[in-house]
Amino acid sequence: MSKTYMNPYIAGLFLGFLLIITVYITGRGLGASGAMKSVVVASVQEAFPQHHEQAKFYKEYKAENPDGPLKNWLVFEVVGVIIGALLSGILAERVAFKLERGVRVNNLTRILTAIAGGMLFGFGSQLGRGCTSGSALSGMGVMSLGGIITMFAIFGSAYGLAYFFRKLWLK
Amino acid sequence: MAPLVPDIISEDFNFIIALLIGIAFGFILEQAGFSSTKKLVGLFYGYDFTVLKVFFTAGVTAMIGIMVLGHLGWLDLQLIYINPTFLWSAIVGGLIMGAGFIIGGFCPGTSVCAAAIGKLDAMAFIFGSLLGILVFTEAYPLLEGIYKAEAWGPVRINEFLGLSPQLFAFLMSMMAFAAFFVTTRIENKINGRITQYSKSLIIKNSILPSLAIIVIVITSLSPNREELILKRISEAERQKKCKFREITADKLASEIVNSHYNINVIDVRDSASFNKWHIPMAINIPLNDLLNSEFRSYFTQTHKRNIFYADNDTVAKKACLKAKYMGKSDNYILKESTLTFYNMFFNLSKPSALSVKEDKDTYRFREKAAREMNNMVKSLKNVNTPVLKSAKKAKGGCS
Repeated sequence: MSKTYMNPYIAGLFLGFLLIITVYITGRGLGASGAMKSVVVASVQEAFPQHHEQAKFYKEYKAENPDGPLKNWLVFEVVGVIIGALLSGILAERVAFKLERGVRVNNLTRILTAIAGGMLFGFGSQLGRGCTSGSALSGMGVMSLGGIITMFAIFGSAYGLAYFFRKLWLK
Repeated sequence: MAPLVPDIISEDFNFIIALLIGIAFGFILEQAGFSSTKKLVGLFYGYDFTVLKVFFTAGVTAMIGIMVLGHLGWLDLQLIYINPTFLWSAIVGGLIMGAGFIIGGFCPGTSVCAAAIGKLDAMAFIFGSLLGILVFTEAYPLLEGIYKAEAWGPVRINEFLGLSPQLFAFLMSMMAFAAFFVTTRIENKINGRITQYSKSLIIKNSILPSLAIIVIVITSLSPNREELILKRISEAERQKKCKFREITADKLASEIVNSHYNINVIDVRDSASFNKWHIPMAINIPLNDLLNSEFRSYFTQTHKRNIFYADNDTVAKKACLKAKYMGKSDNYILKESTLTFYNMFFNLSKPSALSVKEDKDTYRFREKAAREMNNMVKSLKNVNTPVLKSAKKAKGGCS
């Protein structure tokens, strides 16, 4: 398989058809952040069972997910994502421990900004009920008003802030 | 009719499907270059618009595809998960996610992809995401107000804007194609490439947009499945060419008593009239709900006869016609109306001593049938409750 990336329109077409198939079979869309939430809830349950019993969020979560946080569609899906991405990486010879960063930042800054960015995205995805996959992309597929609002908010905010964080990425 | 889960594919097998779909999802994202943070943020600095191109192509493709499946009646759009709209949390959550995107260089799905091929910064991003989610779950009592404010329910954007789904899909596609055109020019300018329009490039690049437009136009011009059925019904009615098989009240009563397991007695009046009184052992499918997917199995089966009745035979005939276009079931209508049936069996007046023998026989038969029907309802109380397959709405989203 070629080491270059796929044509973006062809990739988009594949992704679109995958989303159609997903909705056709399961009635729901793709996602990612929901699986991360499952990991968080399961960890809290394991490490602080008493707190898990009492705190409001976990109580509500448990009522909605009686089978436990890990027996969840998105958890299985994200395990698949890891396998699929690794498979593609192996075929394209892109698998390597590597840190990608802008030329002006050092490794430590990159790690710290990645953690900070992750924290914001993780927090925002819970408030917005889904991330780029679950809310924006899948929401657009089913013409959800909320999903499309979230999509514009994500890209709008990233564009608006891009100038201030240009030193992280540009020369 | 789809969605296939949970009726055709079980909830447990759905997890295997999730794994397979995930593999395809991860493979496509990695192939598209979403495992590289520089490619991802390129869109915000104008040097690489891959993300925008992949994202919008996928979104528009899915939007059109799901619309077409619904149009053909292959997918019940009432049952699929529509991300509910909570106005403030959608906006504020989106703005925070955007900040996370430009600072961290990933989004959750892409960070998983990148981590899978060994990107250390992606692993750091995932660690951060877990922390961010933990902050949310712990601070939930403080955030609940904004989290649940302005709950508008599962609103579709085209309904909100007062547009048909086709028109919205068309506008969205046009927006996407304009964005592709403009961003390619910006990309070339920033990277110092010259934008050239060769004939083959123009042809190649107009294949997808034309295809999208053709599909949208066809869907907006052709009637959908339900309209098609209603159209055929009105045509058949106009031409008076449909023949209805009728069953008399006496025959129906004796069938209910002797072989109720061979028939579905279907009351097509509204549920209020049904609850007031209905023929013993009947089930209620109001005429307007007849085409709903949860009742479809009654009209696609071939081992029980369906017998429709209503307050007048036009309504019963309409129901019978609808059923005819839905499946291969064996359909009949009751010759008498509900009221006549009631009077014949449950409001009997005793024939006088002078009546002919025939009348007396009829009276005895109806009186006995009424008693037996009532007994059946009593003894089969639980069997009688129709096993309604509740059409289950899919759960979804990331929440």
